[in-house]
Amino acid sequence: MLGEPDPVGRVAWLQEVLDGLCELSSRDPLTGVWNRLQFDVALTSEIDRVARAGEPALVLMIDIDHFKHINDTHGHGAGDLVLKEVAQALRECIRPMDTLARVGGEEFAMILPNCPPAFGQAVAERVRLKVQKRTVEITPGEWIGATVSIGGAFAPQWVRSSAPLWLERADQQLYLAKQAGRNRACIEKPMVSPVSAEEKGLLFGTSQFHDQQDPQDQQDSQDSA
Amino acid sequence: MSSTAPSSTALEAASSAAAATKRRARIVALTSGKGGVGKTFLSANLAAALARRGLRVLVLDADLGLANLDVMLNLQPKITLHDVFTGARHLEDAILPAPGGFSVLLAGSGLVEYSRLTPQVREQLLGIIDTVAPRYDIILLDTGAGISDVVLYSVSLADEVLIVATPEPTSMADAYATIKVLATHQQRRAIGLVVNQVSRVGEGRAIRGQLQLVIDRFVAPMLPAGDNAPRLELIGEVPLDGTVREAIQKRQLLLEAMPGVPAARAIDIVAARLAS
Repeated sequence: MLGEPDPVGRVAWLQEVLDGLCELSSRDPLTGVWNRLQFDVALTSEIDRVARAGEPALVLMIDIDHFKHINDTHGHGAGDLVLKEVAQALRECIRPMDTLARVGGEEFAMILPNCPPAFGQAVAERVRLKVQKRTVEITPGEWIGATVSIGGAFAPQWVRSSAPLWLERADQQLYLAKQAGRNRACIEKPMVSPVSAEEKGLLFGTSQFHDQQDPQDQQDSQDSA
Repeated sequence: MSSTAPSSTALEAASSAAAATKRRARIVALTSGKGGVGKTFLSANLAAALARRGLRVLVLDADLGLANLDVMLNLQPKITLHDVFTGARHLEDAILPAPGGFSVLLAGSGLVEYSRLTPQVREQLLGIIDTVAPRYDIILLDTGAGISDVVLYSVSLADEVLIVATPEPTSMADAYATIKVLATHQQRRAIGLVVNQVSRVGEGRAIRGQLQLVIDRFVAPMLPAGDNAPRLELIGEVPLDGTVREAIQKRQLLLEAMPGVPAARAIDIVAARLAS
């Protein structure tokens, strides 16, 4: 085949090989989710987007509780099965635009672009419950389950954060979740908008305040316009 | 600077940091709250308009986390503020002539480490401004979007603040949030407003009035007794104009490429008001 003058076919073949290699170097072989390398790439580009477009984005650090105990009690084979099962549960929680990766031995991470701050806790809870409900058969007839602790933090909107800073904040929340007894989700409180609903109402003239404003105020604002 | 704040012209309020040092250039910060409202476009073209009026102008790209004035002006800076901060290069080498007859001092893109303000960065910025100020008549600080500590700090270095907003509700809300923070944290009592992308004459005036209404009702009560609510002064409105997009895509200054179009003329009016 290599001797034949078929440049189009050869390019396509080469592209396929390259795609395959890229895929191979970006995936975690055990669980099939993205690996740390790919996660770092995705995180960096998400920071770009958040800085420029101001969209909210959430990163979750997800750690399997007492994983060492599972390994010690049931063996590493069982540990691997648990990892795969947890990865599958997490995969079922994400949207196509999200990034799910295995970033450490028993640690997974998710990047959730365009996730409204108000939904953060609910999203993390859904992930936690999804894992909690699953069990895996480690030897015929023997089923075990696992739980996860989750820490999450939003990227600061309009600000170019850095990957280490963002992950550090999520890790702090993960630490809190572990401290509080595991199998729970802690999300960093996002900075609340300094503009209240009443202020917005007046600003856009849609609130009751608009009709009730005293005439003096209106006079003042007309004078200065 | 409470009740004795000057009220003669609305753009006289100086922050304590700025008042503490003597210098020649007036320092004007352009900030917006929301990104993508044309702040950098306005900084560059306003600088060109001021330069045409015979002023010595420096634009300091204070958007340390995400600088793109260089993209706007089609400059490929080899030396940036970053090199000055690290001590690798002299400040003089980082000041570049820009098309339009003004000078620029660029932060350099992607300086993530500065998106959090450390005391060192703070001191270096202040030092740089003090060094260059005697050589210029006006220094425009193109700050980042948002109300991050870097943005608030660079605004605090300025004698005057110009808020850039568009008629979009999100932009107005973010402009209001910025004004509120500047009034309560920096004791600003006079703030300039430029409304960009207006679709009809007088829209800027209406927006100013609406913002002032909310400031008077909600910000004034937050201030210490006896303090006046900040006065918002409309410095100009720039019409929504297809030529702006065209100039940006060609990486040209609108004032150079198409000085006669409505948006360019509107920017020149802003410059005239700033220069007077």
